[in-house]
Amino acid sequence: MSVIADNPAVVEQPTQPPNRFVLLMRTRPETVLAPALLVVLLFGWEYGVVWLNVPSYILPPPSSIVIALWRGLSEDFTSRAGYWLHAGVTLYEVLLGFFIGSGVGLLLGTIISQIRILEATLRVYIVAIQSLPKIALAPIVVLWFGFGLTSKVVIICLLTFFPLLVTSMAGFKAVDHERLELMRSLGANSWQVFWKVRLPSALPYIFAGLDMAAVFAVVGAIVGEFVGAQRGLGTLILSMNAQMDTAGTFSVFIILALLGVALNLSLRAIERRLLFWSGGSQRVIGS
Amino acid sequence: MDAAVADREPVSASPAGAQSAERGKMIEVSHLEKTFVTVRNERIHALSDISLSIAEREFVTIVGPSGCGKSTLLKIIAGLVPATRGSVLLAGTPVDRPRKDIGIVFQNPVLLPWRTVLDNVLLPAEVQGLPLGPARKRARELLEMVGLAGFENKYPMELSGGMQQRAGISRALVHDPKILLMDEPFGALDAMTREQMNLDLQRICLEAGKTVVLITHSIPEAVFLGDRVVVMSARPGKIARLVHVNFPRPRSIEVMGDPEFGRATSEIRRLLYGNAGPDPHFIPAGGGIS
Repeated sequence: MSVIADNPAVVEQPTQPPNRFVLLMRTRPETVLAPALLVVLLFGWEYGVVWLNVPSYILPPPSSIVIALWRGLSEDFTSRAGYWLHAGVTLYEVLLGFFIGSGVGLLLGTIISQIRILEATLRVYIVAIQSLPKIALAPIVVLWFGFGLTSKVVIICLLTFFPLLVTSMAGFKAVDHERLELMRSLGANSWQVFWKVRLPSALPYIFAGLDMAAVFAVVGAIVGEFVGAQRGLGTLILSMNAQMDTAGTFSVFIILALLGVALNLSLRAIERRLLFWSGGSQRVIGS
Repeated sequence: MDAAVADREPVSASPAGAQSAERGKMIEVSHLEKTFVTVRNERIHALSDISLSIAEREFVTIVGPSGCGKSTLLKIIAGLVPATRGSVLLAGTPVDRPRKDIGIVFQNPVLLPWRTVLDNVLLPAEVQGLPLGPARKRARELLEMVGLAGFENKYPMELSGGMQQRAGISRALVHDPKILLMDEPFGALDAMTREQMNLDLQRICLEAGKTVVLITHSIPEAVFLGDRVVVMSARPGKIARLVHVNFPRPRSIEVMGDPEFGRATSEIRRLLYGNAGPDPHFIPAGGGIS
């Protein structure tokens, strides 16, 4: 409350010359407003739950979430009560599933889109399977592959495979025909056309697929762990929920959010290096 | 056929014509026919009985209404599109597929955005497996010739439209082709850039000694650049007239003010419009509009 009351007072001083804060507010107000909003929300939440007498097993105040987070992180790396072990297991599943699933999807999408008959034959099946919620297969996958790492990786593969299959097929289809004609006029063979024009042209689409797949990979890991697992952040959420440790559950959300952001930022970094020439994958497919 | 009839020459003494008779024939198009079949199984007669003989180091420009098959003719010469009937000989050998002794400049520069300007120019050399050391040296020389020295390591998006088209011309020349085919290369440029590009292109082609076929929508451009102007008519596309232009080279932009120049352009304009009045799809003069 006090924060929001003070800030406009500083801005509205008409007699003062514009200082750095005022300049920032004029040019890029979001750099001030976005953190300010967070602070307001957190304060509102913290005092709101106390004021409205919300029991902490329904909605814990942010302070107790931070305490739970601190407790979980200060545990030993191998401790089952701590977060490190579970976060490590989940991250491992996510990375393994993401690389295998999206890798196979990209490879198949590439092969299928280079062979016209194959694409025409498979298109209807791909569209049909794509519209199924793959996540519904999670219980069966756990039944087939057990409670260990394999079942999670398989679920993540199922979820990340299709975004890459579909986006890479779309990307290879969308190659500018003028560029292809240029290569043809130079007498290029199909191999040269692929490496010098088709693949680079499809990259913005492929990265849009990877962005999607990264989100799906984390979803797949958590759902897989919900269905049946001994370790991982999903099991941690389940056990905390059973103990009505809602603050703990929320603190695991923070870990999951950080995991997702880290994945996204890594992808962005690679994207910036490879796609500096493009307007960014967001422009191709609004994900 | 009126197709082969050479028009009276604007300048009576014709050293260029005499030279082209001595030089070998570089491009020989004879009785070329092209019929397209559309998806709905309709036949479109795009080119009808095109015969054209182009001498070595000759600069031929083609003008004609939209849809007269100019680009199709160019693509057939380039080996990108097969002819329905008739033949095209380049330096005595028939064209049945894209060839390495041709450089093409497209209507759009078609530079690959992920490659630097230098790497874009090197593309034909890479594709054709030429030794990259000498090719790189040549690419730098070409970029200097078109006024892009210092831009070797820039990316296409950092260049203006005119600069991109210059890079495209360098790319078309890097493998040292004997023939340069250009499909409305300056259509997207403003009038002033276009005139500058015309002067540059003339200089480059004189220096490099290329045989050039250039399609344009601009009649003054066609007359300014061409040794001969091929005037085409539409549906089916055929050669309505060949107009000789015998101004000595290098031509300066003042040539455009010469009465002979005006006579040549207005004659071509009359040929194109006929008695039916201007074709609404045709952009007559000056360029820069399209």
